[in-house]
Amino acid sequence: MNASTSSLSPARKFGWLLRREFWENRGGFFWAPVIAGIVICVLSLLGAIAGTLHISNLKGEFRLETSADEYVDQLGFIGDGGLLSGVGIVGLVLGFVVFFYCLGALYDDRRDRSILFWKSMPVSDWLTVLSKLAWALVLGPTLAILIGLVIGACLMLISALTMSMIGAPAAWLMIWQSHPIQVTLNALSVVPIYAAWSLPTVGWLMLCSAFARSKPFLWAVLVPILSATLLSWMGALPGISMPHGTIWYVLGYRGLLSIAPGTWYIDSTLVGRLAASAQNIDSPADVMNIIDLSRGWHIFAGADVWIGMAAGAAMIAAAIWLRKRRDDA
Amino acid sequence: MSAIVARNLTKKYNGKPALDDVSFSIAPGRIVGLIGPNGAGKTTALKAILGLTSFEGELSVLGQDPRVARDKLMNDVCFIADVAILPRWIRVSQAIDFVEGVHPRFSRAKCEAFLARTKLQPKQRVREMSKGMIVQLHLALVMAIDAKVLVLDEPTLGLDILYRKQFYQSLLNDYFDEEKTIVVTTHQVEEIEHILTDILFVRAGQIALAATMDEVAERFTEVMVGPEHAEAARALGPLDERTVFGKSIFLFDGIARPRLAQLGELRTPNVADLFVATMKGTYA
Repeated sequence: MNASTSSLSPARKFGWLLRREFWENRGGFFWAPVIAGIVICVLSLLGAIAGTLHISNLKGEFRLETSADEYVDQLGFIGDGGLLSGVGIVGLVLGFVVFFYCLGALYDDRRDRSILFWKSMPVSDWLTVLSKLAWALVLGPTLAILIGLVIGACLMLISALTMSMIGAPAAWLMIWQSHPIQVTLNALSVVPIYAAWSLPTVGWLMLCSAFARSKPFLWAVLVPILSATLLSWMGALPGISMPHGTIWYVLGYRGLLSIAPGTWYIDSTLVGRLAASAQNIDSPADVMNIIDLSRGWHIFAGADVWIGMAAGAAMIAAAIWLRKRRDDA
Repeated sequence: MSAIVARNLTKKYNGKPALDDVSFSIAPGRIVGLIGPNGAGKTTALKAILGLTSFEGELSVLGQDPRVARDKLMNDVCFIADVAILPRWIRVSQAIDFVEGVHPRFSRAKCEAFLARTKLQPKQRVREMSKGMIVQLHLALVMAIDAKVLVLDEPTLGLDILYRKQFYQSLLNDYFDEEKTIVVTTHQVEEIEHILTDILFVRAGQIALAATMDEVAERFTEVMVGPEHAEAARALGPLDERTVFGKSIFLFDGIARPRLAQLGELRTPNVADLFVATMKGTYA
């Protein structure tokens, strides 16, 4: 017990740092998506009840327009759609959560001086910063997706309930005909894409968080927007041509907005892909194909994501350096 | 070997020196009071010792340079600061879990024993605690760590007298031993002078006085002098003169006691009086 050389492994310390982050940020990473999900479920349930009442007033008869096999397939895909929309809802929430998490990660404890407590522990600054990075890039999104799948399951139950109430036959088959495992794997496969794609934004936000003496939000938002504006104006001068699109893409889109999940789908090839798919929708499976989330892997074929990752890693390194050197607590 | 050695320690904020070429050394097993007026550079010195700030010059804490290896150094150095620096969201149980998770010298049993003497509950969050309770929690965490150096920066600021007494009592009875070193800054000098073994007076970024308490008792003498001997006393070049109930009290540095005894009643000055005399004119 008195061994003066005793030390704990970095892996063990890292585990406790991760737990620490969750304790502090439970509200953002857990409760925010859960509450958003509850709100959406309640709203869709109310909508479903209202719609059902309306339809039963019409005294319509539910008629199958397809063969029984196709109908059952369709039920399954409606179920998958429910699951995925749960993931989509938390994805929207996640963008905001991670944005503000990164801005506060290296700033809040400097503001309330609790950094002095954290720094009085035998934990290195790089391990601390990496634990926060891990939450922003991997753990936060993974947790959000799992919560999203639970919300999605609720939405699926609500659709099954609604359909059976309006008289659709065997609507509960939806539960057995959907593909929860496939959808789960599909959704989780987005995590590495998200991590790679959002790294430049996360790096920039954490750099601002480590750097700002006050108001990290203003630094983070105004610096890229003002510099892009300035550069664009310079383009108006005679004899100087500015690649406006590239400037705004790099500073605004990759530097600030890439933290929103799914933004990797929106690039120059998007319109073409949508047009191509739209012509080929013949069956529900084609719809699934379009929203096949793992499609995002195509980004790794381009230089864009790799440059972004390099820039993000450099900014994280700078944030670690600042965390070590900043002396204003 | 000294626990802390500083050689030509200098730290400037915007060109103004907070520490100006300071040298001192602190031996293990001492309780050192780092005492100085506001803005004298005490906190800067402590921050340098803890690896929380950059500086020029040489500083060795337990043989290590705090700038290079703060995280390693923190295995052996603990710190309690003036403001309640525990994060407001943390629960008592979480704080214990975390420190146990990352600190190799932390004893959960000790910490829980200390906490059992307080009203703190495991589920309680720091933001639900009074200032005194936060310091109790922090002290329990720190005392359960078997460290070699403990740095206290105004640890009892803003606490009522019950908490302040209890703080130093626990520190002395349950924590301190001859292998530990404590460096403490405070403005409430009277409260800690009986526990100090050494004093370091800091003034405007420089050491104004560095002495053990024994040396202080030897070097400095206060004499209560009646009006008839006042002139003779002044001729000996006192550090300070003040008047209490019609008698003058002179403070002398390094004048032999028998000689002073002829002037009036002798006594050993307390640290607060010595401090006031040493810092004369600081704010002028």
